[in-house]
Amino acid sequence: MKILVCISSVPDTTTKITFTENNTKFNTSGVQFIINPNDEFGLTKALQIKETNPGTTVTVIHVGPIENEPVIRKSLAIGADGAIRIDTDAIDAFQVAKEIGHYIKTNPFDLIITGKESIDYNGGILPHMLGELLGIASVSPCIGLNINGTTAEVVAVVDGGKENLTTNLPLVIGGQRGLVEENELRIPNMRGIMQARSKPLNVVNAIGTSASQNVNSYESPAAKSACKMIDSANIEELVKLLQNEAKVI
Amino acid sequence: MSVLVYIENTNGSVKKNIIEAVSYAIAYGAAIGKSVIGVSIGNVSDEELKKVGIAGLSKVIKIDGYEYNNHQIAANVLADIANSQGSTTVIMSSSNQGKGAAPRLAVKLGAGIITDVIDAPSSIDPIVVKKKGFSGKAILSVSLLNDKNVLTVSVNSFGISESPVDCSIESVSSDTTDETISHVSFEKDTSKISLTDAELVVSAGRGLKGAENWGMVDELAEALGAATACSKPVSDIGWRPHHEHVGQTGIAISPNLYIAIGISGAIQHLAGVSSSKTIVVINTDPEAPFFKAADYGIVADAFEVVPKLVAAVKAAKG
Repeated sequence: MKILVCISSVPDTTTKITFTENNTKFNTSGVQFIINPNDEFGLTKALQIKETNPGTTVTVIHVGPIENEPVIRKSLAIGADGAIRIDTDAIDAFQVAKEIGHYIKTNPFDLIITGKESIDYNGGILPHMLGELLGIASVSPCIGLNINGTTAEVVAVVDGGKENLTTNLPLVIGGQRGLVEENELRIPNMRGIMQARSKPLNVVNAIGTSASQNVNSYESPAAKSACKMIDSANIEELVKLLQNEAKVI
Repeated sequence: MSVLVYIENTNGSVKKNIIEAVSYAIAYGAAIGKSVIGVSIGNVSDEELKKVGIAGLSKVIKIDGYEYNNHQIAANVLADIANSQGSTTVIMSSSNQGKGAAPRLAVKLGAGIITDVIDAPSSIDPIVVKKKGFSGKAILSVSLLNDKNVLTVSVNSFGISESPVDCSIESVSSDTTDETISHVSFEKDTSKISLTDAELVVSAGRGLKGAENWGMVDELAEALGAATACSKPVSDIGWRPHHEHVGQTGIAISPNLYIAIGISGAIQHLAGVSSSKTIVVINTDPEAPFFKAADYGIVADAFEVVPKLVAAVKAAKG
């Protein structure tokens, strides 16, 4: 089986988000970039499938400039067999989906795994859009996946609960925590890092698609005014404030 | 040429987030000078659908006969109706159903797509809207460069604008199918109130010291009629189920009231909850960063203060 995992390079979860150039650009200065956590849950699942299904290969794909290669190298160091980088800046989800979709049409895969969303632009668009572009099933957010030959049992998060589904391969899933657990995530070891150096990382040219939107400016959410402290001996005061001042209960 | 709004139902009921999406669609339609038509797919009663009239929607096209929600079928139906109506804008909720159908619909229509929108267009040529980004750490002002657009509206952000009208329902049939996915079973979330659309949320963290101490959290939630949530470490340890984890890698929520008990307020947690309208923090540590993001704070031991708060809420509610 051939598995493709789409990875995005995003600011580490502890990053304080600030902006530059008159709030028109995200300030990347001093920011540590990581594999998008939802993608990493998906990559870990792919590696687990590879271990129990001999003959499976795991390829990662990334749309972005050479500066983003650290996330690709980490993916290879924790066990992916090879990587593709589509050499263009990622502008919006539609553009990324078209680039990756085009690659898959000429290089088919049985299973395509993305994160349910990236933690920077939070579009949550890629998995279903790839499914549509390729004319195949897509399940996202996905918290359970069991492959049996050419079919899959999948668990989707849906409004009000979860849904068990069956589907044929090829399939796109959008992973999140639950697909694998946090403690199953892998940390690169020295051997993996050395091996990663000899694994293929192919850079391919973008087909070039135009963006359908433009971010004009960024702002931080409005800060809260000073926190009103309440004496724990006077808890009725809090209830009164919630009723009469905040008017939320 | 109308704006379309997708009227989802969850097991036959039209939830608040859909009324919110309708309110948004009406505001959007007013901004660009277009009328608004609703589209309902699946089994839902006319009486339930007519609820959307409260936000000013006077017409819904209803497509019966689909037992389970399916993103491909929803996208097919919406694309057919958009094409037959000449609609260039389709609006839905940022629910799982909305976010599942929207990307497929955008491909079918050749439309731009923007998710988690929080306000009506501030200008219309080009259309400029605001959306959430960086998991709640930023708000982005975005221009839509396409003639056609699919937008999903962030839950609990735009609010509901009431302008009641009588809503008429027109039933239409569709023969679209999806052969790629089969429904097997549905497991209903057993919590009484769904976290994603809850107006009040009581959440607790490691400060509670163990899963056995959650009784008072449940009691407070019960007294308020609130949903329960937790911090990431708590779900990592297994004290609470994963679907209760709110924060950057869990789910993002924006309830009217968020009460955080024994949660220090790491930046990843704040990202998922900071757009809550009112935040109450209860923590033993006066230096806990969460107090900086709170409206009301109590420096106290949760084990002492939460039972008192439960009693005070019960007393106030009579």
